[in-house]
Amino acid sequence: MSQVNRSTRRPFMRPMGKWWERDPFFVRYMWREVTAVVVAIYAIVCAVGIVRLSQGEAAWNGFLEALRSPWSILAHMVMLLGMIYHTYSWFEIMPKTMPPMVVDGKRVSATTITTTGLLVAAAAGVLLLLILWGLAP
Amino acid sequence: MSDTTTRIIEIEVLRYRPEQDAEPVKETFQVPFTNDMSVLQGLQYIKDELDGSLSFRWSCRMAICGSCGMMINGKPKLGCQTFLRDYYPGLVRVEALAHFPIEKDLVVGVEDFVGKLASIKPFIIPKEPRTLEQGEYLQTPAQRDEYEQFSSCINCMLCYAACPQYGLNNEFMGPGVLALLHRYNADSRDGAREERMQIVHQEEGVWSCTAVGYCSEVCPKGVDPANAVNQNKVNSAKDFFLRFVAPKGAGK
Repeated sequence: MSQVNRSTRRPFMRPMGKWWERDPFFVRYMWREVTAVVVAIYAIVCAVGIVRLSQGEAAWNGFLEALRSPWSILAHMVMLLGMIYHTYSWFEIMPKTMPPMVVDGKRVSATTITTTGLLVAAAAGVLLLLILWGLAP
Repeated sequence: MSDTTTRIIEIEVLRYRPEQDAEPVKETFQVPFTNDMSVLQGLQYIKDELDGSLSFRWSCRMAICGSCGMMINGKPKLGCQTFLRDYYPGLVRVEALAHFPIEKDLVVGVEDFVGKLASIKPFIIPKEPRTLEQGEYLQTPAQRDEYEQFSSCINCMLCYAACPQYGLNNEFMGPGVLALLHRYNADSRDGAREERMQIVHQEEGVWSCTAVGYCSEVCPKGVDPANAVNQNKVNSAKDFFLRFVAPKGAGK
């Protein structure tokens, strides 16, 4: 009677490999994370533009020339798609990431928050385009 | 009108018998079912009629005890709340809750979760000692609304099976426990916020969460743990910055 409490427990831990493929929800989450990189890349492109502007007219014109290359246009199309998806997924998760919003004693629904966010983003995009249109030579 | 027709559905169970299996193995059972039968009842049929060695946890059969959480066709669900008819004529794949160690068949080890739950002191800690003569605590409906949703948690751990961050690193406190932490911190009768915030501030506290948000999707009680966790990222950040302007104790 040496080992009265001998345990036969042998807990099995399942591996986590390729966990993001297990559920469509995780795939969408990973796309949200990946497209955040696209947002960062575009921020770098804009920052480079400002640096080139500070270096004088020739440098700025060179930057504009580079933007007009077919590869640049293709990259911008891809980045635009990434940005649109990121905007959508960002506002989709927004209601879960903020404290409850109470208007007239009633909690604002998740759908209202997401829809409002998307509409504001779309309106801001259109406004920016109109301003640029007005500024165009 | 109740449909009493009996049909046969296939239930594939991921079995693990530590005394004989090196790793989990699939086993399929043919189960007769009626329209009103849950996955849990399907498992009970297997245990009663086909293989008495099948192990799983259950108790209330009405989605309030939180015992029968399992992966059903890859999704964390309560066995008692999921109907076989919704999968017919397809296969029902049943597996132990993801991200937890399998003890046997559908039974997972809960020590980690229970330890974390105890660590947040999930009970009201009064601000100051009170006597019976002082009577009950009074709370306005608005104060109750602050925490009521988070008090619906039944500790079923489905949110942990939905959280890849917990699966990758189980040091993370995880959605359910953090939602309950918030439930007490947000309660106007409680006075232990500062103590619990020490858990929130840690990397294993709210900062391991990357807002996947699946925890809230799978919650059978509409608790929205992702919201509790992310509200506390804001609270934690506020505490971090406010200590420069209002040193400890100054705000009281």
